[in-house]
Amino acid sequence: MIPYVKSKLKTFVGGIHPREDGKHLTRDTKEIAAPLPKTVYLLMNQHIGAPCKPIVKKGDFVKKGQLVGESQGFVSANIHASISGKVLDVAPWPHPVTGTKSPAVIIERADDDSWIEGADVPFDPDQITPDQIRQLVQSAGIVGLGGATFPTHVKLTPPRDKTIDTVVMNGAECEPYLTCDYRLMLDKPHEIIQGLKLVMKCIGCKNAHIGIEANKEDVYALFKSIVSDEPNIKVDLLEVKYPQGAEHQLIKALLHREFKPKQLPLEVGAIVINVATAFSIYEAVRFKRPLIQRIITVTGDGVEKPQNFLVRLGTPVKSLLEEAMASPHINKIIFGGPMMGIAQSNRDTAVTVKGTGGILALRSAQQFRSRACIRCGRCIEHCPYGLNPGELSIQSEAQEFNLAQENNVMECKECGCCTYICPAKRPIVHLIKFAKVEIAKQTAKKAASAG
Amino acid sequence: MSNQVRNYSPLIISASPHIRDVESIPRIMWSVVLALIPAGIAGLFVFGYYCLYIIFLSVATAVITEAIIAWQRKMPVFSTIGDGSAVVTGILLAYILPPGVSWYVPVVGSFFAIAIVKHTFGGLGNNIWNPALAARAFLQVAYPVAVNSDWRILHHGIGNLVHNIVKIDSEGNMIDAVTRATPLAKEAGAETYHLAQLLMGNVPGCIGETSVIALLLGGMYLIYKRYIKWYIPVYYIATVFIMVLILPPQMKTPWANNPFYHIFAGGLFLGAFFMATDMVTSPLTKPGLVIFAVGAGILTVLIRFYSGYPEGVCYSILLMNTATPLIDRFTKPRLYGTRIKRV
Repeated sequence: MIPYVKSKLKTFVGGIHPREDGKHLTRDTKEIAAPLPKTVYLLMNQHIGAPCKPIVKKGDFVKKGQLVGESQGFVSANIHASISGKVLDVAPWPHPVTGTKSPAVIIERADDDSWIEGADVPFDPDQITPDQIRQLVQSAGIVGLGGATFPTHVKLTPPRDKTIDTVVMNGAECEPYLTCDYRLMLDKPHEIIQGLKLVMKCIGCKNAHIGIEANKEDVYALFKSIVSDEPNIKVDLLEVKYPQGAEHQLIKALLHREFKPKQLPLEVGAIVINVATAFSIYEAVRFKRPLIQRIITVTGDGVEKPQNFLVRLGTPVKSLLEEAMASPHINKIIFGGPMMGIAQSNRDTAVTVKGTGGILALRSAQQFRSRACIRCGRCIEHCPYGLNPGELSIQSEAQEFNLAQENNVMECKECGCCTYICPAKRPIVHLIKFAKVEIAKQTAKKAASAG
Repeated sequence: MSNQVRNYSPLIISASPHIRDVESIPRIMWSVVLALIPAGIAGLFVFGYYCLYIIFLSVATAVITEAIIAWQRKMPVFSTIGDGSAVVTGILLAYILPPGVSWYVPVVGSFFAIAIVKHTFGGLGNNIWNPALAARAFLQVAYPVAVNSDWRILHHGIGNLVHNIVKIDSEGNMIDAVTRATPLAKEAGAETYHLAQLLMGNVPGCIGETSVIALLLGGMYLIYKRYIKWYIPVYYIATVFIMVLILPPQMKTPWANNPFYHIFAGGLFLGAFFMATDMVTSPLTKPGLVIFAVGAGILTVLIRFYSGYPEGVCYSILLMNTATPLIDRFTKPRLYGTRIKRV
């Protein structure tokens, strides 16, 4: 291991050190392919942007990798069949993130698990042009796999007036409990670096900077040795702190550049891609494999065998939990990590989507009784975006949405540091989300009445 | 689905984050109570057992008042008094009363602190002034003689706890104790105490304010636990130190210009570590808190030097409490990414 001095690690101002780390549960479990599900439920909105249009109908036979949902518009991402089989139905299905029902293509598995013709063919990436890379990424339906699910080809198409000088690769994985990126970085470092180089080539950018949290020193050493003869790709260790892997904090730590919470990294000449995204870009370009599977950490005190699975998109969570031997007494299922993950309401209908990096099953999840704010100022101290979350939560509670808007409530990224640290256990993020929804409603109403 | 019998527990649905820090309001408040204990023990040694009775009356009144008001406001009674904030207020009020004060003074004061200063503004988290200090200011008006006299202190001082029961003879005079002037008394001919005496606390004064060492012990514990911010007491005490050096005092006592005497005498350490650091009534951000602490330091010296009162800690903190919303308005945190670039 490479010795390091903690105070010299790169980082940002604010944030928290979560007491529960939980990464030890799964960090030594090499990902195994989860058994193929009997049925997959492919939701048509697994990304930020316009939902896809289903282009198959009930009774059709689809092959693995076949396009089943066509992207609508530029900010949208294709959906491909993750297994071969018969389309059982095209019907609304509960979405694990939005909580409402969305159209889904439901496929029943056939015995054959071979790729559709045209996919999974080796392709020499040396002769490829930037436009070809972009086109391959777009048709493969790749989105940001860190959880934000922003379509990657949009990121690879920066506006003409903006120059990107650095591609930042996020290997921080700051969410507690999740180890899916860690396992991927250990097992596929060369492929990830290849993916990163494809991104650099695509946007014509010379420099790259990889950030890895100090609890993954083995990955740091590995990456360092791979890029040792490439001075334009830098690798740095970051302090173990949440939310170190968020775009703003990563760019601040590595490049010392700041930009407003609502702005995109390209404002300061950078784009951020997650390691899992880089890997799927490599797969899409090198083998023409569309995005149909990802690594998911299934963990928490509610499962007996916490581990990393290679999971086909649309796999029901129930089967993954069974595979990890979940206890019948779990009282909370979270999609994602414990800081920003989304609690599920139904263990039978929840299905995985592109942004699902972890499934956290807890059997001792607590419910907290909130008290009045005592103005201790901890939320301000720990807010990485310079907000006053406590005051915002009070204004939201009082339904003073205009006041909350004046205090930049819309700039909040909902990272959850304030709520984690609050000694009064106030549901600050919950109240801020509420205020945001109400303000969006008011704005829509105003726009409607104005024109 | 609903009529199907399930053999597993229901799922909790809540907004993120799903994990929380261990710190809570009760933990903070009870730690403050713990941190106040050394100063109480010092008071016991210096002033005798009677001060325990004052502390008990003050805390009991605070807790009972809080319970009654919580019940009337339909708040959960046990969790409201269980958060420890009423106990803290009770102890703090007792600590800033003379050791020989009559029983009804802490009772009236505690009731005023909880009922008027705290709950008329909405209870914990919403009061404008520190309840204990505001109650003390009220008592100053209501019982001006009772809270400014009877500065009794035991003859033999520290180390004779067995004998520390103040005996009163048939005419009501204290046998073992004497009444002496407080360290900050401005009258001509008032006593001057050694700095070592001030540090140990073996001087006349309010119950919990005299022993600098005991207060420092509790304060350090709270700083170590990060329940109070180190820069509030540091800036407060440093400002008093500097102001004493700069300003010309009006009084003609030998210690008038001695900054060490000024910071160790009176209630400065109690105020700086336990009252100026009250989260509810102080600003939110670091720049705000520094302004708050420096302002309190300046006011303390101004009151000590140029007013009729010997001590200014109480009023200086109350005045800065009043200014807190204004300070907050001018020291809002900077939105990330909005730093003005120097050209």
